[in-house]
Amino acid sequence: MSAVLSQNTAAPKAQRSEGVWAASWRRMRADKVGMVCMTIVALFLLLVIASGSGLVAKNWQKEVGVPNAPPTLMGPAPAEATGTIAMPKGPNVDLSDIDPLAPRYKEWDERAKQFKTEEVVKSETLPFGGDRLGRDVLAKVIKGAEVSIMVGVLAAVVATIIGTVLGAISGFFGGKVGDFLEWLYNVFTAIPGILLIFAFAVIFGRGVLSVVMILGLAGWPGIYRLIRAEFMKHSVREYVRSAEAIGASKTSRMFKHILPNVSHVALVQLSLHVVGFIKSEVILSYLGLGVGVDQVSWGTMLAESQSELILGYWWQLAAVTGFMAIFVTAFALFTDALRDALDPKLRGLE
Amino acid sequence: MAAYLIRRLWQMIPTLLGVVLLVFFLFKYFGGDPAEILGGLNASPEQIEAIREQLGLNKPVWEQLFIFLKQIVTFDWGKSWATNESVANLFASRLPATLTVMLPILVLEVLLAIPFALGVAYVRGSLTDRTVMIITTVAVSISLLVYVIVAQYVFAFRLGWFPVQGWTDSVWTNLTTYAPLPVLVAVAVALSPQTRLYRTFFLDEIGHDYVRTARAKGMTEKTILLKHVLRNAMIPILTNVAVALPGVFVGSFLLEVFFSIPGLGREILLAVNRSDYPVIQAFAIYIAFLTMVVNLLTDLLYKLVDPRVVLK
Repeated sequence: MSAVLSQNTAAPKAQRSEGVWAASWRRMRADKVGMVCMTIVALFLLLVIASGSGLVAKNWQKEVGVPNAPPTLMGPAPAEATGTIAMPKGPNVDLSDIDPLAPRYKEWDERAKQFKTEEVVKSETLPFGGDRLGRDVLAKVIKGAEVSIMVGVLAAVVATIIGTVLGAISGFFGGKVGDFLEWLYNVFTAIPGILLIFAFAVIFGRGVLSVVMILGLAGWPGIYRLIRAEFMKHSVREYVRSAEAIGASKTSRMFKHILPNVSHVALVQLSLHVVGFIKSEVILSYLGLGVGVDQVSWGTMLAESQSELILGYWWQLAAVTGFMAIFVTAFALFTDALRDALDPKLRGLE
Repeated sequence: MAAYLIRRLWQMIPTLLGVVLLVFFLFKYFGGDPAEILGGLNASPEQIEAIREQLGLNKPVWEQLFIFLKQIVTFDWGKSWATNESVANLFASRLPATLTVMLPILVLEVLLAIPFALGVAYVRGSLTDRTVMIITTVAVSISLLVYVIVAQYVFAFRLGWFPVQGWTDSVWTNLTTYAPLPVLVAVAVALSPQTRLYRTFFLDEIGHDYVRTARAKGMTEKTILLKHVLRNAMIPILTNVAVALPGVFVGSFLLEVFFSIPGLGREILLAVNRSDYPVIQAFAIYIAFLTMVVNLLTDLLYKLVDPRVVLK
């Protein structure tokens, strides 16, 4: 698209060089693995939106199958010997003359008729199997994907915003403000990440929003450092000097002039952190410090699957592992491609 | 050297003070009221008031901060709110278990990843290299939880090669019976990212001119790789090990939870679940201090590995 565009506009008089984003898109499109992965990631994001708006997996809590229903591929579970004593045959012994409750049986039968119990037919097998309550694992894993991916993306956005704003201030102003922020950075990096996450977890409690805040607040220092270095580099460049000379305010120089020039760094960091945060969310939820009890995420599903595995019900574990592996691998490779496209200088380092 | 050391130690003070302030104010203003946590659900207002008095929560903030600082300096953290065990004692009794598991992991993963990565880097671009890269990419995207769950199920529950979980007082029994499975799992999991990382370090060095010079002089490939490339790549590798070192003391809390190892990581998690503030606070501060000391030691170690490094 961009390549065609730049050819058309390459008239001799109004020659416009290709923009940063157009050039990146051209490089990105040349990367086949990157494009495939981008498609997979886009499909997952569509799934997340569909699940979030209630189009799919809305009834994930409904018990549609028998408990621990096996996947359709395997066929229904063999009937197990229940170990109960066989029912005695022949007519019942009439005990009505000695049974003190006998006169009321009729009355109770009448009253019982007022209530209807619906026999729900529960399916013997489900496409991806069922969990211990007979909930559809496929619906659960989609709902879990929604929660896990949303937490990962939002937390990465929070971390990137904090890191970028603080990095911009520190790199642009330097001096006392810069020293203070550097000190803050040192303090945050001195405490090992996992301890910081735990400490925040004690304070914020459970829930999706808490996990987003915990991971965002614990994850900004790395981004801060990179953005700060970029701002220090750019703030003395000529275009910023020129902007200053024509009277552009400090805020304008920081966010209108420099930020667009370093935004690719922030974007790559954002996408790098998504993967890490999804993994962290899974572990936090597994440990019971993550999402609430009435929600499902990949982490809570893994926690359930541990005890299921011992009983031989492996499908929940397989479904979560498969979904997560596909998404995370695709996202990681997409991030690599994105970094190569946005920052060609880095290409070939890995 | 001495001047360098003194300056570095001096520079630690503001950071450490920052950690103390962060931990103190975080729990003071954002955490729940300790008196209400300690009192439980059925505490009367008088009881809560009494606990508050006992903990010194009625005193002005600066006085509380002073008490907090005194606790840090004198290593006297009082007792855990949940178990009434003294915090210092808690650390001392949980540390050996953590080290028994974490030290073999650290040593094994570095010793295995170095030759592995060197080999892969040497055949860069070949089918082997690309296959290894694809496998490691997929391997790192599976959650650590899955590896532990499956390994525990297969090797301990099904095949019975290892005990499912457990721990004893004898270090030797622990090392030979209970530690091997968690260590194996952790090393297997860590090998993928470590290999990828070390591979980039080696690739960086293999591209340098001195390697070509060494080849031109007719040195064997073995000498080039083991004497020249490896020695030069040691700096980033050392940095990486140093970054991981404080983690040895935190312990892999996941492994400790799965395998019921009475280590520090599990203790921390218990403390988090019980809102046991003294334990978490003490832990955060001491580990931060330890991290800084380890960083300093690494910088000194650079000098040993690479004489060109000037400490300033």
